[in-house]
Amino acid sequence: WYHKPVIDEELLRSLPNLKIVASSGVGIDHLDLNLLSRYGVKVSNTPFIVSNDTADLGMALMLASSRRLVEGYEMAVSPDTEYFPADWLGAEVSGATLGIVGMGTIGYKVANRAKAFEMKILYHNRNQRNKEEESAVGAIYCKKIDDLLQQSDFVLLSVNLTPQTHKLIGKRQLQLMKPTATLINISRGLVVDQDALVEALQNHVIKAAALDVTYPEPLPRGHPLLKMKNVIITPHIGSATKKTRRLMMENMMESIQAGLTGLPIPNEVL
Amino acid sequence: MGGGELPGLLVNEIGGIHGILHGHVAFLKKHFYLITMKEFLENKKHMSEKVQAIYLWWHKPVVDQELLQSLPNLKVIANSGVGMDHLDLKLIASFGVKMANAPRAVSSSTADTGMALLLASARRLVEGYHLAISSDTDYCEADFLGVEVTGATLGIIGMGRIGYKIALRAKAFEMNILYHNRTHRKEQEEQAVGATFCETIENLLQQSDFVMVVVSLTPQTHKLIGKREMELMKPTATLINISRGAVIDEEALVTALQTGVIRAAALDVTYPEPLPRDHALLKLKNVIITPHLCIKTDKTTYMITKEAVENILAALNGLPMPSEVLPN
Repeated sequence: WYHKPVIDEELLRSLPNLKIVASSGVGIDHLDLNLLSRYGVKVSNTPFIVSNDTADLGMALMLASSRRLVEGYEMAVSPDTEYFPADWLGAEVSGATLGIVGMGTIGYKVANRAKAFEMKILYHNRNQRNKEEESAVGAIYCKKIDDLLQQSDFVLLSVNLTPQTHKLIGKRQLQLMKPTATLINISRGLVVDQDALVEALQNHVIKAAALDVTYPEPLPRGHPLLKMKNVIITPHIGSATKKTRRLMMENMMESIQAGLTGLPIPNEVL
Repeated sequence: MGGGELPGLLVNEIGGIHGILHGHVAFLKKHFYLITMKEFLENKKHMSEKVQAIYLWWHKPVVDQELLQSLPNLKVIANSGVGMDHLDLKLIASFGVKMANAPRAVSSSTADTGMALLLASARRLVEGYHLAISSDTDYCEADFLGVEVTGATLGIIGMGRIGYKIALRAKAFEMNILYHNRTHRKEQEEQAVGATFCETIENLLQQSDFVMVVVSLTPQTHKLIGKREMELMKPTATLINISRGAVIDEEALVTALQTGVIRAAALDVTYPEPLPRDHALLKLKNVIITPHLCIKTDKTTYMITKEAVENILAALNGLPMPSEVLPN
């Protein structure tokens, strides 16, 4: 649960009867699959259960960031506020261009939602989706991530963390983005070069960021990202709803029970 | 002599707290001779005959009998935004002055605001932000949970243009959509968003996980949502208001939130705005208040001014106005 306890060689050696590790959530970047395989331990995750909530949170972050919801809240409740100035404005979501990096289950659900806001949708993925899937959400494939970055008002990251996606968004990618663009991360902190992000935000290379994930979590208390007005951070709550967490737990139970009785394991990670 | 050929347009002020946005001035000056209230009051004799139109920005200038009487050539008043509750429509009509609002410009942006508040409240985004940046945080609470949006039931009270755009957005979140309105929408419109009409507001309140209030403020909708209505809502439900503060009984809301009668509220509008700094609503953890964001984007504010100018020019040229508002 939340990637704990840490599974290392020492732990595996001390548990001779361990049959299965059930991991909450969909990401498995915190597990050494080769190591677990060597010890004959099976692994499961909870892939599809988390998709709706995570897509919802991606939309929540995009809307909150563009409309300056958190800043607005602070103005609305601040003891110093006497009036709401007319020239205090945010940016429009409806009709803007959303670039989705990683069009898996979660990315596709984000596209579905964004379409209802009349957004123009671009996406970058290892593989192109088929024509029906693309036209259902009006999404245009960008074979090169650079094309997506240059045209998007919002760049949303919904890839899983692999050696290929580690620091996928670095200084070069941030500089390709529009200075009016917002970066939204609902994948893993390590997909973004965090130091480059800080610099890009400080120098107005991009306009804003909204991050449900960072590296580490939580960030050290003096970290510059915590103080920036144009950054919203949430504490990795992509799947944090009562209903979904309960379903996750039930899924994990099913996987564990199957693993212990030698039956085929639902949501096994191979 | 100033003014030339262009018709005089009276505005409250340019820039400042509630004034016309600086970025809109050039566009307005293309079509009108701009006169601020200050200029008008300093030089009434000279200015009063020049004013053919008034452009209201954030409900100013206040249009009362005195102002109307002092503007003999006034033909049209254009309101930024869609709500007209701050204007005495009958009084204005009695002077033979036409009125317009800006319904097309505001709808997407306001619908976006409604969805932003719904999502932020459901997922406890503001609380989560404070937790994430707090100097006390050295761990992530595993039991920090919100409520689901996908698949939940949204009850829309007021299914006009804005309410309908909310329904379109909510449908993409696979929400079950109920609505209550003075009139039934056409069947095709209902089907397009999968919305079910609730004849009674009680019916909607009892079934909804999220109640979104999108009505215009009229004597009939004043305190539409009071103690009784909140008690009909589920204790797990969220109330979202993007209409006018006075549509909700705020005192009853405070009690309902404090005693768990409803789960949470998200308010883009209050009465008054801003609330007094010691108001109970400002301190409740389960309330998000935003400073009347609804149309506050560069794009929408500009579209509002464009829509207003279209209406004013149509009225001055004796043509049909795209968004005329009649006194009834």
